[in-house]
Amino acid sequence: MTVMKNTIKNMKKSTKSNLITYGMVIVAYIIVQIFSTTGNLSSMMQGLLVPLCIYVIAAVSLNLVVGFSGELSLGHAGFMCIGAYVSAFFSSCVGDALPGPLRFLFAILIGAAVAGIFGILIGIPVLRLRGDYLAIVTLAFGEIIKNLMNVLYIGIDGSGLHIQASDGGALVLDAGGKVIVNGALGITGTPKDSTFTIGVIIILITLFIVQNLVNSRSGRAIMAIRDNRIAAESIGINITKYKLMAFSISAALAGVAGVLYSHNLATLTVKKFDYNTSIMILVFVVLGGIGNIRGSIIAAVILTALPELLRGLSDYRMLIYAIVLVAMMLFNWAPAAISWRERMKEKIAERRKHQTKEAA
Amino acid sequence: MKKSKKLMCLALSAAFAVSALAGCGNSGKGSSSEPTYKIGAIGPVTGSAGAYGEAVKKGAQLAADEINANGGINGAKIEFKFEDDENDAEKAVNAYNTLKDWGMQMLMGTVTSAPCIAVESEAANDNMFLLTPSGTAVDCISGSNAFRVCFSDPAQGTKSAEYISENNIATKVACIYDSSDPYSSGIYQNFAAAAPDKGMEVVAAEAFTADSKTDFKVQLQKVKDSGAELVFLPIYYTEAALLLQQAKDINFSPIFFGCDGLDGLLDVENFDASLAEGVMLLTPFAADAEDEKTQQFVKAYSEKYNEAAPIQFAADAYDAIYTIKAAAEEAGTKADMSNSDLCDALVAAMPKITVEGVTGTITWAEDGEPDKEPKAVKIESGAYVAL
Repeated sequence: MTVMKNTIKNMKKSTKSNLITYGMVIVAYIIVQIFSTTGNLSSMMQGLLVPLCIYVIAAVSLNLVVGFSGELSLGHAGFMCIGAYVSAFFSSCVGDALPGPLRFLFAILIGAAVAGIFGILIGIPVLRLRGDYLAIVTLAFGEIIKNLMNVLYIGIDGSGLHIQASDGGALVLDAGGKVIVNGALGITGTPKDSTFTIGVIIILITLFIVQNLVNSRSGRAIMAIRDNRIAAESIGINITKYKLMAFSISAALAGVAGVLYSHNLATLTVKKFDYNTSIMILVFVVLGGIGNIRGSIIAAVILTALPELLRGLSDYRMLIYAIVLVAMMLFNWAPAAISWRERMKEKIAERRKHQTKEAA
Repeated sequence: MKKSKKLMCLALSAAFAVSALAGCGNSGKGSSSEPTYKIGAIGPVTGSAGAYGEAVKKGAQLAADEINANGGINGAKIEFKFEDDENDAEKAVNAYNTLKDWGMQMLMGTVTSAPCIAVESEAANDNMFLLTPSGTAVDCISGSNAFRVCFSDPAQGTKSAEYISENNIATKVACIYDSSDPYSSGIYQNFAAAAPDKGMEVVAAEAFTADSKTDFKVQLQKVKDSGAELVFLPIYYTEAALLLQQAKDINFSPIFFGCDGLDGLLDVENFDASLAEGVMLLTPFAADAEDEKTQQFVKAYSEKYNEAAPIQFAADAYDAIYTIKAAAEEAGTKADMSNSDLCDALVAAMPKITVEGVTGTITWAEDGEPDKEPKAVKIESGAYVAL
């Protein structure tokens, strides 16, 4: 026991913080499992579990870019979209030729890889820009992806793949052929492979990747570039390389979130991955604290679940949601609120000190 | 630099919060200790498609209130609950689960196609009876538990092509459609596929997307240059109102032909009704129709909600609730049956019933597709005239 206490005491601060984050996710998972096996979980909560995992992964991955690399990316939904489409396409093509779990594993890997490759492709030209310019370009990227997917028609038959842009009517398929990507209607009938357990495992893997990267040599280089680009450059840090690293890893993880999304619903349309979704993920990151991974997780969970929990208010739901969001932002980040919280903390600490003194 | 970025983040977040805000409405319901039929409904009442969900909500509520006032279904009252899905598949599934927690036995929904496909797959798992008033995509009713009131995309596209060729309206046709909307592009595809067989030539097909649906000058000019006699518009009335105005601005006056989405055109605010003169549309419902049933419905609707006239979505929803009633009475169901038992009973009863609704006389095939006659109407001196 004392040995354990000592190891905890001697642990690096960052390691301790990382373990708390893993622990938080695992405890949440165990609590949900207990509720669900005892039948106390409502259908609504059960339906929410996978979306929660999706947005947590998306928020944590965006935090890598916004928080640690210090670049504002507004095209995160675009990477999710790529992951979602590629993996859903893969799963629809493969169908039952592979057993479910193996197919899903491949789908995740393919989704991550393709989104990551796009991250590199987009990153090479885009990361030459800084600040607001980068934000605008990533925003444009998200819109391009959305509009491309919207006019894409892919069918499959005995003689292979048929690809058409802008007109599904021109797809001429043999008998028995099927249209997989159907323009604005997207992909329907993707197998529902996403489960809460898989979602949590992917969250843990995401955390492992992001937290280890941040605390590694590369991670320190990334943060050095964020804090002072010129100083970082002067000591020989390869700026493009490290920025690209953060950007493409973040893109690949967003792609995985997209894979979970597309394998959770029977339909996948591109409308979901618009500007609003990118901003929503950014809101999770901002509310949770830029550069604060645990905060991202908590914010993503609260803000995803909140509109559903507020359904009882029917017509005032979205109004209340917006007000709660503003209030939470203020409470977390307004200077006055921060100093008030500090004062309260001090007061409580003082009182505790007082009590221990009296007790002694 | 960093501070300005944070500020930008905050500003964008605020913009997001504001854009999440949208309209409100009213719904009243009561509960009692007697067993009731719990009918859930899902559709968008916020966001860009909010008008359609709102119309469905009102139309269905009107039907439910009427049925309750006349003694209910097999003696049991209806409880009707509507949940918002923001026209998003994920939110629609959340809404479906919320309704399940409420104790829903039958689902009237969802209003829009993509969410409907997602919800249908959940409903098929639970063996929950699903009747969509306005989900037009083919896959909306892929399960044996699902039926629809409106025409499917293929039915609308092909029926429009048939109608145009059988009545010798035009041989050179052009299309303007919304490629980002499943409804619009679905109808267009089927229309374009059917047109050559009917002796028509599609001389131009111009698309726009939801991001650019206010300026149609480019598309109209191309269509004009192609020499089309008829322009097929499988789009919604809000865009059509702008499009007609812009067509007039470039002195382009072909025959405009639309589908049920055009219904409601004459009620667009600040729309000059003379622009719509001569527009033809194939729709199952016309608020100005002479028959008694439609007039009663329009009157009750406008009195209850203080609105000019219901759009076709409201009519579909109104018929959907009466369809559930007819099927339940045919099957002799009881209000305390489980959703799965109810579903089996209703699915068996659906092909046997005939509903005299405001969107026509409807019968159903076992695959869930409705069979009803489309009404072709033409706008003449500011009113729909049946052809």
